[in-house]
This record gives sequence, C-alpha cells and structure tokens, in this order.
Amino acid sequence: MADVCSINNLTRCLIEGGMNPGLANFISILLGVVATATLPLVTVIFLIWVERKIAARVQDRLGPNRVGPWGLLQSVADALKLLTKEDITPLGADKFIYNLAPIIAFASIVLLWAVVPFTPLHVGANLAIGALYFMAVGSIATIKVMVAGWSSNNKYALLGAFRTIAQLLSYEVPLVLALIVPVMIAGTMSLQELTFAQQGMWFVFMAPVAALIFFIANLAEVGRAPFDLLEAESEIIAGYNIEYSGFKFGMFMAAEFMHAFTICVLTAVIFLGGWSGPFVHELPVLGFVWLGLKTAVVYIFMLVLRATVPRVRIDQLMAFNWKFLVPISIVNLLVTAFLLYVVRALGLTPAPGQEYNFVANLPQTIVLFVGNLVVVGVVVTMIRNWARRQRLGEEARSLALVAVEDENPAAITLPAGH
Amino acid sequence: MLEFNVQTLAFLLFSLFVLGGAAGVVTTRNLIHATLYLILSLFGVAGLFVLMSAPFLAVVQVVVYIGAIAILIVFAVMLTRSMTRLRDLYNHQWAASAVVAVLLFVLLAVGVILPVWGVNGAQTPTEVSDVVADTVELGKALVDRNQYVLPFELASLLLTAAMIGAIVVARDDE
Repeated sequence: MADVCSINNLTRCLIEGGMNPGLANFISILLGVVATATLPLVTVIFLIWVERKIAARVQDRLGPNRVGPWGLLQSVADALKLLTKEDITPLGADKFIYNLAPIIAFASIVLLWAVVPFTPLHVGANLAIGALYFMAVGSIATIKVMVAGWSSNNKYALLGAFRTIAQLLSYEVPLVLALIVPVMIAGTMSLQELTFAQQGMWFVFMAPVAALIFFIANLAEVGRAPFDLLEAESEIIAGYNIEYSGFKFGMFMAAEFMHAFTICVLTAVIFLGGWSGPFVHELPVLGFVWLGLKTAVVYIFMLVLRATVPRVRIDQLMAFNWKFLVPISIVNLLVTAFLLYVVRALGLTPAPGQEYNFVANLPQTIVLFVGNLVVVGVVVTMIRNWARRQRLGEEARSLALVAVEDENPAAITLPAGH
Repeated sequence: MLEFNVQTLAFLLFSLFVLGGAAGVVTTRNLIHATLYLILSLFGVAGLFVLMSAPFLAVVQVVVYIGAIAILIVFAVMLTRSMTRLRDLYNHQWAASAVVAVLLFVLLAVGVILPVWGVNGAQTPTEVSDVVADTVELGKALVDRNQYVLPFELASLLLTAAMIGAIVVARDDE
C-alpha cells in the first residue's frame, strides 16, 4: 500500500515528493478539515429531499417530484432560490448581532463533526474528552437562538428565544445523565474508544434505557417534533428566525437539518457501535458504509416520528422532562453503576483479549439488560398506578358535578381543589 | 524572546479575545452586547486552556461558563427593563468600587507578579509537573483521601444547599 497516496499517508507522500514537511503537514490537515466540514453540508442537501419524501409518504402525498429524477434536485433549486431572495434587515434590529447569529448557528453544528469517528482510521480529532466536547459544543447552539431572537426586535422571535432557553437547558440534564452510562461502561470519553469498546456488543443492548433517553433528549435539543416549540407555526409563527430572509434563513434551516442528522450519527456512534461491522478491520473504508446504514435507520425513525406525533405544550414539555426523564435517568445511572460493580466483582466481564468476542460479552450484557428491564418495569407500574388514581379522581369529580347539577342546575361549578 | 510560531499566534489571538472581551463588557452601554463580550472573553479563556494542554478544563469552561452561566445572564438581562441605551448610572458607589478595585489589583500584584518578576523572583518558568494528567487521574484525585476529597465534598454540599435554597425561594406559600 506504500505506493498509493491517500488521505491517510498524504503527509508522507508529499514529503517524499520533495515538499517542505511543515507545508505538507499543513496541507494534509487542511484537506482533512475541509473534508470533515463539507461532508455534512453536502449530505444535508440530499437529506432535505429524504425528509420531504418520507413526510409526504406518511401524509399520503407524493412529495417533491418535478426537479430532476424523482425530484432529487428540488433542494438544490430551493437553495438557489434562497440566494436570489432579498436580504432584509429589520429597521430596529441590532445589525451586528443579527448578522452574527446564522454564522454561530452553522458553526456550532459543523464543530460537532470534528470528533465523529467514521472508520477505525478516519476521525477528525480523537479527543480524550469527546463526549464532553459534544455537550460543550451543543450548549453553544442555545446562544444562536437567543441572539437571533433578541436581535430581530420582534416579540414572536423573543418568545421563541425564551422557550428555547427553558427547553434546551432542561433537556441537557437527562442528555448528560444518559451519556454518562456508555462512558461508564466503556471507561472512556473518547468517541473512537467508545466505538472500539462496542466491537463485541453494542451499548444499546447493555443500556437500552439510556439509549432511549439520549435519543429523546437529543430530539428536544434539536427542536424536532414533537418538541418543535421553538418554531411552533401556529403559536409564534416561526420562532426565533421569523425576521430572517434569503440565505440567512437558509443557513438557519440548513443548521437545523444538519443538527438533526448529526445527532443521529452520534446516536449511532455512541449506542449502535459506530463503524463496527463485518470486515471493517480488513477494509477500514467499509466503516463509512456501516456508520451510514446505522445512521439511516435512526434518521428514518426520527422522520417518521416527526411526521406522526403532534407537538407537546410547553407545560407538558417541562413536566415530561423534570418529572419523568430526569428521575428515570438518575435511577438508571445508579442501577447501571451498581450492576457494573457487581459484574466486575463477579468476574463476568470478558477476559483480557476477549473484549471483541460476542459470546464473551454476553454475561455482562444479560445482567445489564435485566437491570434495565427492572427499571422499565418499575416505571411502567408507577405510571399505571398514577393513571389509575387520576382516573378515579376524575370519576369522583364528575359524580360530584352531577350531584351539584341535580341540586341546583344554575350553579355548575367544579368542586374545590380543581 | 518570544518564539514566533502557530502557538504564539494562537496565544495572541486568544489573549485578544480575553482582554478585548473584558474591555468590551465594561465599556459598552448595551447590556446584551456586554453579555456577548463576556461570552467572547470566556471563550478566549477556554482557548488558553487548550494551549496549556488542559482540554478537560477548556471543555468544562465552555460547558459551565458559556453553556450555563452566560446563558442565564443573557436571560436575566433580557428581562431587565431598558436594557439598551443606558444613560445614567443606576448606582452611585463608584468611589467605593474604585477603592476595592485598586486593593484587588495590589493584592494580585503582590501575590502573583512579585514572586515571578520581583527582586528574588524566579526568572525562568518552572515546570509544575512533568506528568501530563488525563481525565482518569483528575477523577481519582477528586475522590482520593490524600488529595481533594474534602474540597470536592464541600463544594457538593454548597451546591446542594444552594439548590435547596432556590427551591425554597421559588416555592409558593401554601
């Protein structure tokens, strides 16, 4: 393979070709950065078409079908159209910040791709703190919405921004708590190391509850239905980006689609084994294919969810997070930590050198999976009891209402305590 | 003296972020702009941490200061009345704050600058440690009886107390 020049050995190739080592290093790093940053941008053009097609099929429509074969070029046409639109800045807007917001929106998503491991060899930066980096960059996304909402000088935009803070800050709590579980199992925060730790068994089987919470919390972070309160068309028209036109709006939209796609990639990396699959160690480029397939599964699931689930109210959103997701994630974290300790004390972990073996991973997976089942069982029982109490209370209240109506039909009031 | 390479360039850029951002915070009259300058300044500090081979601290700086504290400040500022074009000083205690600022500066000068550049100061930078600590060691140091377990527990206690206090304050009287 020494004769073939590829991105992996580009530096050595260039130096052997007689180039200054510093310059050669710079060029190969620059190419890597450009490739990593361009990949999501190009992919998102195609993904908008996928999203519109799937949403159309769910709603019994055809979707885009005019521009290009099967409407494939529709997104390209839309992007070109956005470029020709008038670029409007509202009179009362805070100009500098107003123009800065789309750039922050875009950059905060592209930055996430720096730590995504595509194959055993191809990873932008194998940071030892990759999982934490993901959280840090994700929190920058909050700033873009705030800045855009405030600088537009529009009350609907500001209302959208207020909702965003509440939503994004709240859902970061279960997100972190769910992210700790795979980190705890693998004993590392590097995303590449996390993928290597899943060679024998994917974490989704060891920690299904954490995987589900991670996915739900991420949906809320992205602002996808059923959590699309930031841009609820029927309530606050378009949310924080209401005043933006032309390509600045396009940048917000592309950033949103890209964010949705990025969290699917990260879910695939953290819980579905990332690039791992058959023959990937013999031919590392296959990692792209496996990672792409896993991402597609998560992405299509998300799209169907978006097309079928109605939007939640803001109070439901908050109650769901603080009274449901956060307690479950804390309990799940404690149970997993305890079980991991038990597994290690009993020696059920794979023997050294056997970590990649599927069978050697089975004992600890079964223990952790049963632990997750217990958590789910307890939660479901509690919800059932709570729902029964609600129902009984409801019946008692309607009985009381009927009694009041019988005595005095004019005064229909709810009993005290409602 | 200063060797000019990419690291120096990055150091100068991040220092510019930190100092320029800090200057912007205190000079601008627009509170939202001040908050954004603060975020820029905090971001510069994160960059400096990266240059000092402390990526964990850098990321924590972004998560805690930019992701949480700065956003809460923005939220508070947005709810403040007349947040732009402030004309008057609301607070007439500038004399007292000037004294405090001078005292703080003197303390910093005595505590930080003199030991390094003073009469008997160490002229050459000394290596604090030749071991590059990773996150695992940091985690172990926080729960090690001989290292930082006491400050760690005290900080946790303080945060818990603050959280309970916040709940009590926000709670309706029933």
